[in-house]
Order: sequence, then structure tokens, then C-alpha cells
Amino acid sequence: MSARLAAPAVPPAEADESRTRFVRKLWLAREFGIVVALGLLVLVTTLDNPAFLSPQSLRDLLLGAAILVVLAVGQTVVIISRNIDLSVGAVLGLVAFATGKLLSTAPGTPAVVAILAGVGLGAVCGVVNGVLVAAARVPALVITLGTLYAFRGIDHSWAQGQQINASDMPRSFLRLGTWTVLGIPVLAVIAVVVMAVVGFYLRSYRSGRELYAIGSEPAAARLSGIPVGRRVLTSFVLCGALAGLAGVLYAARFGTVDATVGTGIELQVVAAAVVGGVAIFGGSGSVYGAALGAVLLTTIGSSLAVLRINPFWQQAVVGGLILAAIGLDRLLAVRAANRLRGRSSHGA
Amino acid sequence: MDREHAAPLLEVRGVSKSFGAVAAVREVSFPLHGGEAHALVGENGAGKSTIVKVLAGVHEPDTGVIVLDGEETRPAGPAAARAAGIAVIYQEPTLFPDLSVAENIFMGRQPLGRFGRIDRAAMRAEAVRLFDRLGVRLDPDRPARGLSIADQQLVEIAKALSLRARVLVMDEPTAALSGVEVERLFAVVRALCEEGAAVLFISHRFDEVFSLCHRLTVLRDGTWVSTDPVADLTVDQVVRRMVGRDVSTLYPKEDVEPGDVVLEVAGLTRHGVFADIGFSVRAGEIVALAGLVGAGRSEVVRAVFGIDRYDAGEVRVAGERLPAGTPAAAVAAGIALVPEDRRQQGLVMELSIERNATLTRLKPLSRLGLLGGGRERRSAREWTKRLQVKYGRLADAVGTLSGGNQQKVVLAKWLATGPKVLIVDEPTRGIDIGTKAEVHRLLSRLAADGVAVVMVSSELPEVLGMADRVLVVHEGRITAELSRAEATEESVMFAATGRKAAVA
Repeated sequence: MSARLAAPAVPPAEADESRTRFVRKLWLAREFGIVVALGLLVLVTTLDNPAFLSPQSLRDLLLGAAILVVLAVGQTVVIISRNIDLSVGAVLGLVAFATGKLLSTAPGTPAVVAILAGVGLGAVCGVVNGVLVAAARVPALVITLGTLYAFRGIDHSWAQGQQINASDMPRSFLRLGTWTVLGIPVLAVIAVVVMAVVGFYLRSYRSGRELYAIGSEPAAARLSGIPVGRRVLTSFVLCGALAGLAGVLYAARFGTVDATVGTGIELQVVAAAVVGGVAIFGGSGSVYGAALGAVLLTTIGSSLAVLRINPFWQQAVVGGLILAAIGLDRLLAVRAANRLRGRSSHGA
Repeated sequence: MDREHAAPLLEVRGVSKSFGAVAAVREVSFPLHGGEAHALVGENGAGKSTIVKVLAGVHEPDTGVIVLDGEETRPAGPAAARAAGIAVIYQEPTLFPDLSVAENIFMGRQPLGRFGRIDRAAMRAEAVRLFDRLGVRLDPDRPARGLSIADQQLVEIAKALSLRARVLVMDEPTAALSGVEVERLFAVVRALCEEGAAVLFISHRFDEVFSLCHRLTVLRDGTWVSTDPVADLTVDQVVRRMVGRDVSTLYPKEDVEPGDVVLEVAGLTRHGVFADIGFSVRAGEIVALAGLVGAGRSEVVRAVFGIDRYDAGEVRVAGERLPAGTPAAAVAAGIALVPEDRRQQGLVMELSIERNATLTRLKPLSRLGLLGGGRERRSAREWTKRLQVKYGRLADAVGTLSGGNQQKVVLAKWLATGPKVLIVDEPTRGIDIGTKAEVHRLLSRLAADGVAVVMVSSELPEVLGMADRVLVVHEGRITAELSRAEATEESVMFAATGRKAAVA
């Protein structure tokens, strides 16, 4: 076996085996369950109202999910390393307002510069979080709860109750929110690119794998020589930067921003990640799952409206889904443990 | 002989390290020569693990240096030590449960392909190659979660091998391994030595030390005692140097006339783990469950105590049937279980010694539902004194104690409940020889007082030295029941490896 694996070129048999392994993995993957749930939800809703699958409705769905996906991707990076960032909603709000302010005072600013400025401001907020978490050795839950209020407070004192409207912002920037490429909203394209890039990084780069290692067993990570503090800081900066990007996208999409933008969205983000199979105690999960979770939560919102179910039920459904996701994870863990135990008892 | 004069590959020179007011090691010096396995022995708390952590770059020495290739170094952090060519296998496995076995081996050093991407195929192939070299079959793609302690240890060893280190430090690598695995590990260590590596080997098992190592350093109470070629030493000499006194006898078994049957197990089965386990234990008897690591012995006693469920069979204490899967009922019936893994299952590491020692008796110690600090402290003081636990203050976290003293706290906590049946799982794993003898004396004493003792142990001398009867478990079944007279090293190993002829 080792001889074959050592061969430089991949023989056809190997490629074949890796394909079946891939198919089996796909079946076992946690993400697959969410895709099935999403498919069922869309199917049921479409049977009730075929217009649910119309291009316009799909576009709205993607548009609605894009911002949540970007936030969920950033959150996943933090949760994987056994931390949490509750300040993403406040960062989104702060950056959205800053973007509006920038564009209303200097309407000539190109959209790219606005995006970079927003990402930069978000990253600064991430640095604050990361430094506090790494230096103070206080759980991230507490630190980011504090910075949630701090960032929101800055936002409020800056805005002074002011609201920036679409008419104050340049057309070219607002088009970002409505533009489509081959019928797909640019916002959704950006979200997918962000997800793919971060997913690729987490899976294929040493520093990405080290985030999983840190979340899986922090003490062992330290003994393995992993620079834990630096990696955790990086994860918070990345999460902050993506929250900043989400803030810019928010401003482009809605055009109207004030200091209350994004209030409470952090809980939706965490819910998306958890539903998407990201373990809340770190070490496992993927950004793809979290993104699918975000899409699922958004779709539930609109399909309940289509099905004319009282919107008050929506929160209960989301809550039920979170509990179901956690229950499913627990079930899978127990079954995996049983399987592994059975194997080892025969092996020894 | 020319090795005597050759410059050592690595030298520990005058290393001291204190934690708070406690000096863990003082002025310790010894050389490690390339091509040699060097044993470091001493009682628990003698400072061996501290030396390991200094070499690993985890602790920075207060004074003294590590001399590597004639150059003084002070490894700043585990990554620097590793880069300098020092690989460490820690006493407690340090794996990432969520990640695959292959990733655990190569974390931070994964083979890279184009654009700095991790080359997973190469990583997997390399892991397979390492396991081949160790002669074990472990799936590199499976997660580390759920691996037995022995398998975890093998992953650690593969990790250390993959570093191609010039200095390999092994802190009790064999504690959880079976005989075959130990032999394979030794073959690898010898091969490494032939390639010129220096190996520092820490073990409580003298047979291993004497068969593997060329040189031996003894530490006692944090200070250096001696470094000699193994050929010039006898076990007795080494023990005397370690303890600083003669160990009267390691296995002080008292002869006891067994009383009534206290614990009866019949037809106990858990699918895929163990099947049709039946035995009985009388008051005053010590019954050992022997067998290879992973044979299912710990699982049996866990099921008896009610931690794990079982699919068929029954457990009776003094004739009363115990409900399955309820440890509380087992405790009420007078069973006590001292688990295999004291860090995870036996103790709450962050809580104080006092709290840990009284955890099993919160009810009798409380008044009107409230726990008074005084009663708790008095009780804890009494039991720690009876078991001669060495500690600073009762309020210290139990995690600060040495392994042997931690084990005594676990014993104290259960003995205080006045059990009729005491189940001990690997009671002396990772415990130094002095404390070992104390634990053995304690078990013997308890049996003499009429407690029925069930002992799971992987150490043959312990089984043979302490047990009135030996039950040998192989792949989840009892393959032999041997009386004290019948039990020999050969007869137990014969049954433990499942050769049918042994069933008498």
C-alpha cells in the first residue's frame, strides 16, 4: 500500500478509490443534512406556491442571505478556535454608518475604496477584540459582549440620531446592491467568493489547520509549538474584517443607515454557524456548513411568509432548528463513538 | 569505551527550576550521548517531568543551561526546541480529538505542495509509512477521538519519529502499551540509537530500563543522585538510590481467610465490548483482572459500577441485585470505583484537595443541606493523613500534586465511604515505586479488614504479587481463572494472548 502511495503520479486505481471515498464522505458530511433540509423546505414551499422558485424570488433569497453568509463565515473562523465574537453586529452597524458618512461627504469616492475602508475599519475592531482576548485571557464571550456595547456606543455617539438616506449616497455605489452578473446578484457572488477563499484557507493551509487544533485542544496546541495567541488574534481580525465587509454591503443594499443597523444580528450569525454544524466548543465544522446554515435561516424566513404562517412562528422554528442541529450532532457523536469503540475492541 | 570520552550530544548543566516556593529541580546535570538510550528514574515528584519540560522548551530554567552540540541554548518555547532537534513524548497524550490521526502527527509541519498548500496525499502516505515502521495498523484518516490510551501513545510515538529528532525524550511511553507494542517500540528506539540519536527514557518499569538503556540517571527530591552505565547497576541499588532507603517489600500481601461472597457478576454482556463475564469476590479477597490493554477489563468494571450500560447479565452485591446503569445505586450498595484515568475521571483537577477528598460524602458531611467548611476540612485532613498524602495546603488545587499523591486523594475519597467492594483500575499507573508500595500495603490492609477488592492491572508483577485469584480477560471474555498458586507470568500471558490451551 505504501509503495503505491509513494508513487509520484496518481495511478487510475488510486483516483477511482479517492472518488468513491469522496462520495462516501459527501454522504457522511454534516453539510449534506442541511442541503437536504433546505431542499425539502424549498420543495414544500414551491408546491404551495410555484412562484417561490421564480428568478426574482430566488434573487431576493440570495440577496437576503449574502450578508448573513459573510458574517457567518467570519464567525466560523472564530468559533473553530474555541472563541466567539458577539460584536459582529455592532461592527457591521459601525462600518455601515461610516460608509454612509464617507460617501455622503465625499460622493466621488469609488466603490472599491469604500469597500477597502470598511474592511479596514472592521479589521481594526477585530484587532481590539483579538488583543483583549489574547492578552487578558478572559473568555471571548465576555470580551466581545463588552466590545459589542462599546462599538455600538461609538456608533450612536457619532451618529447623534442622524440617518443617512439613499439620496445622500452616489448611485454608482448603490448599484452594488442591485447589480447582477448573469442573473446572479453581485452581493451573492461576493459572499460565495468569501466563503470559498476562507474555506480553502482553513482546509489547505497550516495556519488554517492550526485554528482547528487550537479549538480542539488548546493545551496540546501550545505543546505542539503553535503560536496560539497570534492565531487567535488573526481569527478575530479576519472576523472583524468580514463584519466590516458585511457593513459596506449592508449600506449598498439598503441605502438607509443609522446607528441601529444590525442590532441583534450576532445571534442569527451564531445560530447559522451552529445549525451549519460548527461545534460551539471549537475544533470542527466548516464555513460551507455555516454558509448553508445562513441560507437555510434566510429561506425559512421567506418561505414562512409565502406559506402565510404567522411570522411570530419564525423565531420558534429557528429555535427548534438550533436544538435539532445540536441534537443531531450529539446523536452522530454517540454513534461515531460506538462505532469506534466496537472497532478498537476487535483490533486489540 | 570511547563513548565515555566523546563529547555528549546534549548536556543538562546545572538546571534549577522552582514553581512558587517549591523547588522542582535543583542543580541537575547529566549528559546524553548520541547512540545511547539514557534512563531517567526517580520517584514521582523527583523532578523527572520538570526536566522533560525544560528540554521541551515548555519551562524555562531559572538557572543552568542545555548544551546542545557544545553550544549553550535555552529553548524559547516548544517550537524552538523542536527546531533544535529535540522531540518529546509527554506522559499524558496531547492529541487533537477532532482532527485525523495523520493531522495529529504532522500538525504545524504538514508536507506542503504547490502554493504552500498542504499535500494531504503525502501526509497520509507518510503516516502510513510511520505506522508500518512501528508495526501497528491505525487508520490515518480516523479522528483521534475515541482512540484507546495505547493507540494515542502510538500516535505520539509516530509524531516524535516523524520529527527525525536527534534527541528523543520519552516520558513513560510504555505505561499504556501491551508487551508486543513495547517490544516494537524498543526495536524502533534501538534503530534510532544506531542512527546516532540520543534517547532519554523515563519509566517506572525496571525490566524495560535494564533491557533498553545504556546509562541511568537517578533523581531524588529534585536533585541529581547518580549517573552510571546500566551494566554496573542492579535493581536493588537503583531502588535504594531512588527512595533513599530500602523498600521493605513492594508487594506486602497479607494472607486473609476469605469471608462471604460480596460481589457476584453473572453473564454480563455488552455487545461488541465484552461477553458472558461471570465471577464472584469474597470479603477479604483481592481478585485481579489481568489481560492486555484493550481487552475490555476497564469496560467490565465500569459496567459493574453502573457507568456504562450492559445488554445482559446481572450484578449482585451481598445478594441484592443492582439496577443497571446507576452508579448512585452502586455507591449506596457499598461499591467504590477508583478509575483508570484519574485526571479525567477520578478527580476535579481545579478543585482543592479538601473538596476532592470529600466529594463522595457531601450528604453525610452536610448539616441541614449545608456544607460546613469545618467538617469538610477535618474529614479531609484525617484521610489525607491516613494515606500520607504530601501536600502544601488542603486548599491547593489537586492538579498541583504529583501523580502518586493524586491517586492517594482518589483512594481517600472512596475509602472514606467505607466501601464493601473496592474496584481499582490500574491503581499504580504512573506512580513511583515508593508510593506504589504504599498503595499496595493499603490495598492489602483493606482486604484484611474485610473489603472485597477487584483490581484491574496491566502490570504482571503487581497482579502476581497482590492477587488471591487472577481472572484473565482476552477480547472481552474471561479465558482463565487462576489461583494464587497457579498464576505465573507464563500462565497469565498465555491466557491473555488468547491461546486456548491455557484454559484449565
